[in-house]
Parts: sequence; C-alpha cells; structure tokens
Amino acid sequence: MIKIRIALALAATLAATQSAPAAAQSVVLASTTSVEASGLLTKILPEFTAKSGITVHVVAQGTGKALDTARRGDADILLVHDPEAEQQFIDQGHGRTRRQIAWNDFIIVGASTDPAHVRGGHDSVAALKAIAAARAPFVSRGDNSGTHATELRLWKIAGKIPDTLYKEKWYRDIGGGMGQALNAASALDAYTLTDRGTWLSFNNKGSLVVAVEGDPRLINRYDVIELDPQKHAGAKLGLAKIFADWLVSPQGQQAIGAYQVNGERLFNPSADAPR
Amino acid sequence: MSDFLGIVGISIGVSLAASAIAAAISLPLGSALAVFSFPGRRLLVVLANAFFGLPPVVVGLILYLALSRSGPLGFLELLFTPAAMVIAQAILAIPIMTALVHRASERAWGRYGDELICDGASRAQAIPQILLIIRADLLTAILAGFGRTVSEVGAVILVGGNIRGLTRTMTTVIALQTSQGELSLALALGTVLIGISISISATVFALAGSARTAGSDEA
Repeated sequence: MIKIRIALALAATLAATQSAPAAAQSVVLASTTSVEASGLLTKILPEFTAKSGITVHVVAQGTGKALDTARRGDADILLVHDPEAEQQFIDQGHGRTRRQIAWNDFIIVGASTDPAHVRGGHDSVAALKAIAAARAPFVSRGDNSGTHATELRLWKIAGKIPDTLYKEKWYRDIGGGMGQALNAASALDAYTLTDRGTWLSFNNKGSLVVAVEGDPRLINRYDVIELDPQKHAGAKLGLAKIFADWLVSPQGQQAIGAYQVNGERLFNPSADAPR
Repeated sequence: MSDFLGIVGISIGVSLAASAIAAAISLPLGSALAVFSFPGRRLLVVLANAFFGLPPVVVGLILYLALSRSGPLGFLELLFTPAAMVIAQAILAIPIMTALVHRASERAWGRYGDELICDGASRAQAIPQILLIIRADLLTAILAGFGRTVSEVGAVILVGGNIRGLTRTMTTVIALQTSQGELSLALALGTVLIGISISISATVFALAGSARTAGSDEA
C-alpha cells in the first residue's frame, strides 16, 4: 500500500513538473464546444505551440458561456460563433478586435425514418415548420450557445415563439453541448440542428442522417476576438494577439483547412475573404 | 496512451493532494469535536454529517465565482488550474473525514478519556493520543475522502475547465469523450475509474474490518 502511494505521489509530481514550464507561456482560450469536440483545436494547436512556444489552454464552453467567462476576466482570448452575441460583447467594451477565421455550415439531422418528411430539403425554416406540424421530436441545445442562438432565430422566422417551445412535448431542451444533443437525438430518433464539424467527427450517429443542408441562413462563422485592454488589463493580451495573428496567418489558415475527418474538410478557412 | 497516463496522473495527483489537505484539517478537527465541549459543537457535528452529501456542482460554482478574476479571490489567479481543483475536492472531503474521525474519536474518548486526563494530560494533549488509538479508523476516513474526490466531476469541470494536459481528469475526459460520441472509449475509461474506486472501497472495507478486530482486542 505504501509503495503504491509513493508511486502515485511520484506520478503526481511528474505530472506537475511537466505542466509547470508551460504555465509561464500560456493563454486561456474560451471557445465554443464545436472547435474542441470536432477535434480541430487538438489538431492545430500543437503546430502553433511548436512555432511560438505558447501553450493554449482550451476551456470549451458554449458561445454564451465563453463570452461570459471572458467578461469576468477569466479568459485571455475567445473563439466563438454567434455574430449577434459577439457584437453585443464588443459594444459593451469587452472586445477590441474580431476577425473571422473559418466558416462551415449548420445542418439539420434526424432519424432516417424522417417522420416530418423534410429529408433532402434546402429550406431550414420550412423544415422546422414541418417538424412542428408533425410534432416530431426535436432536440434543442438550450445552453445559450451559438448553435442554440441560431436555432432560436430560425424558429422565430418559422413563426414560433422560442420562449414557449419548451412547453411542447416534442421539443426537448437538453441544456447541453453539441455532442450531448447529438447523443440525445440519436437515442430519441429526434431532429436537431448541428454544426457540420461536430457532426462529421461524431461517432454515435445511430440512425441519424443529414436531413436539411445548403440553406444560406445556415452559414456558421467562427471569429477570434481579442479583449479590450482597458477592461481586461489582467489578461495576457500580448500572447493572445500572437495566437490570433497566427490563426489568420497563411500558416494558421492552412492548418485549419487541412483538418479532415473521413476525407471531409470540417472548417473552411476564411480570414482573407470573410463570409 | 501517454495522454491517458497523464490524465490518470493528474486525477490521482489532484485527489491525493486534496485528501492530504483535508486530512490535515479534519483529523485534529474531528478529534477536537469529540474531546472538547463548547457552544456550537453539536451544530458543527451535525453540519459535518449533513455535508457528506454536499453537491459538488454547487461547491464548484461557489468556488468558480470566488476564484474568478472578477471575484474576491481572483488575485490568486487560480481558476482553471490544478490548484483550484485541489481546493474544490478538499472542501468536499473535509466533512466526510471530519465526521468519520469524530465518530471514532468519540468512542475512544468515551473509553480512554478519563485515563488520559488522570495521567495529567490536558484535553489538547489528549488529541494526538486519541488519534493514535484510532489510527486504523483514520485510514478509513482518509480513503473515504479520497474516493469521494477522485470520482467527482461536477466541481472539477467548473473550476478546472477540462484543459488538456493541465486540468483534464479521468471524470472530465469521460464527459468529453461521451460528448464526442466516443462511447466505447468513455466506457473503457469509466472501467478504469471504477476499478480504482473498487480498490479503494475494498481497502477501506478491509481496514475497517481489522480496526474492529483490533478494537475488541483492546477492550
């Protein structure tokens, strides 16, 4: 028993010393869950760290939570995807510069049995109307994330009042990340709105298939936001700028564009030509 | 694989540190609650027992707000570090250890208290003696606290942030893998975690058994 304890203590010390030097040159990135869950950051961050010597500590949250984390001063930089909430963040004086780094699109996925008969369509709003009319199960993120915000905007266009949807039996507000929503949709044979990156890398699709894609309203933009030095003097803004500059540099853009899952590109670099 | 060993290392390292801190506070505290009588003692004992089931996510939230750069302890810059997770887990373990130490101390004090005082020891001096008598129970208490900390996810994911290579533990990586639909990998990790929990419980059980035997011998 004592031997085990000593071994454990050694392991802990080892783990601590390994992470100690990195702490000197590191930034905390508050990000949306999709760039983490899709595997993008895991793929591109080592390239950045090798070049710059800066370790990026990713705290993956929904966009709403990530913006809030930065507002409190607990993050050094942001990578998020909700243009309206981002604008509000900047208007409040928290953010200084916002640059688009990549885009992909949202899709509506659902069970292959397709109870609302929306499969193959390109009109997301018409699809939501059909889902509501058929009272087919629909899973909502319900977590104030960028995807959730997009979903609610679409419901509004479809003539539904977002605040009252949770009262409908077919509408399941799960209050979780993209992966949790996909797990729930897979288990319930429900429809849900997802970003394409998380969908392509998700490994528990069950009977879920792509139902609706290609609607211009479904564009999904990812922005890197640097914080305002007046409100966030405590943040590591210098290191954060190096990271943001790298994301939009040819090297960073190339790394983003090169990330593929099963031969499909998940994020389209767009620093030079924002969508 | 190296990632995996690192995660196990962080998990166990953080929980060991939290258990050590909790023990340093709970051992004297639990024993003092048995030896001394003062106003509010009963309340403390009741609280320690009630906080056995302290909800980790609430502890995490309060600590998150306190450690945030805009919170009262923000100047410490501890949020999203292993140290924050150690604090959270120690808070969860302290009531468990204190209550268990108190129960054992109360029994030992009832049996040997008069003798110790007759030998000329003050009540404060009696505490180390009591802890020595109940040493087997102390291990049980510490392991129970450790088991609570290593298996917990709600608090560490809030204050640690599940940062790869820094604050990613076995429980938070299971949550992450599940969110990526990697259910079999999540389950494999879960099996390792359950294995560790069972080993700890088994050890606690064995120690509790030998402690009972030792107790009856002494009587």
